[in-house]
Amino acid sequence: MESFTNAIQAVPLNHYILLSAIIFTIGVIGVLLRRNAIIIFMSVELMLNAVNLLLTAFSVYRNDAAGQVFVFFIMALAAAEVAIGLAIIVMIYRNTNSLDINVLNRLKW
Amino acid sequence: MSTFYFIAFLSIFFAILVITARNPVHSILYLVLTFFTFTVHYILLNAQFLAIVNFIVYMGAILVLFLYTLMLMNLNKDNEPMKSNIVKIAAVFGGGCLLVTIVASLKTLAVSQPVVLQNPELGLVKNLGKVLFNEFLLPFEVSSLLLLSAMVGAVLLATKDKQPKTQPDGKLY
Repeated sequence: MESFTNAIQAVPLNHYILLSAIIFTIGVIGVLLRRNAIIIFMSVELMLNAVNLLLTAFSVYRNDAAGQVFVFFIMALAAAEVAIGLAIIVMIYRNTNSLDINVLNRLKW
Repeated sequence: MSTFYFIAFLSIFFAILVITARNPVHSILYLVLTFFTFTVHYILLNAQFLAIVNFIVYMGAILVLFLYTLMLMNLNKDNEPMKSNIVKIAAVFGGGCLLVTIVASLKTLAVSQPVVLQNPELGLVKNLGKVLFNEFLLPFEVSSLLLLSAMVGAVLLATKDKQPKTQPDGKLY
């Protein structure tokens, strides 16, 4: 474990922010690009994870354990969110026989 | 130091594969790999508790849930129509604009200090448990309520109706 801890010593905080920004952007592009409801949901998970990584990096940077506790709560929230979201997707699939979000256009103006 | 850049490269690579894979099952498997690289990031930051929780909750529970949901649906035929090219270009352009904005706002900051682990005990279970059960005890208990309501809601939403309402044209709504 010591070698791992030494390995991180020289990485600037900016590079963590950059990595999280890139992963978050990939999640946003995934939401805009795909039509399959499950893959859109997975892109949202990707965005949540990018934020989690950044919170942890800042927590280590500031030497404050509260950030890591927040990440733990976000994970609990994500688990609840996934359970509800997938239940909704299953219900949509039963009613429309497809996962295409373009079918769900009844509230469209 | 180079370990971080290698793992970061793998994270970005697999994340791109997640949103570009045609088959949803492949997409989920790439997402598993992406989350594994995130676990390695947590280990590199010496956040051992989060690494284990990420491993168990995300890779173990959430992605298995995704996989089972996908198995419930009959998606064997490759029936997902992709969006038109102009929408694809617009989506990538919009995402690129977001990235450029974030990076540009980052550039206005001063050059950051390296992330140094001042207290090696910071991310261990012992330390986090003390913080969690002292300062964050109320949110911790409330989150149990959240999980309970999520469970009730999921069961309520996903159970099949006994008699589905049938419209005159024979479609189910």
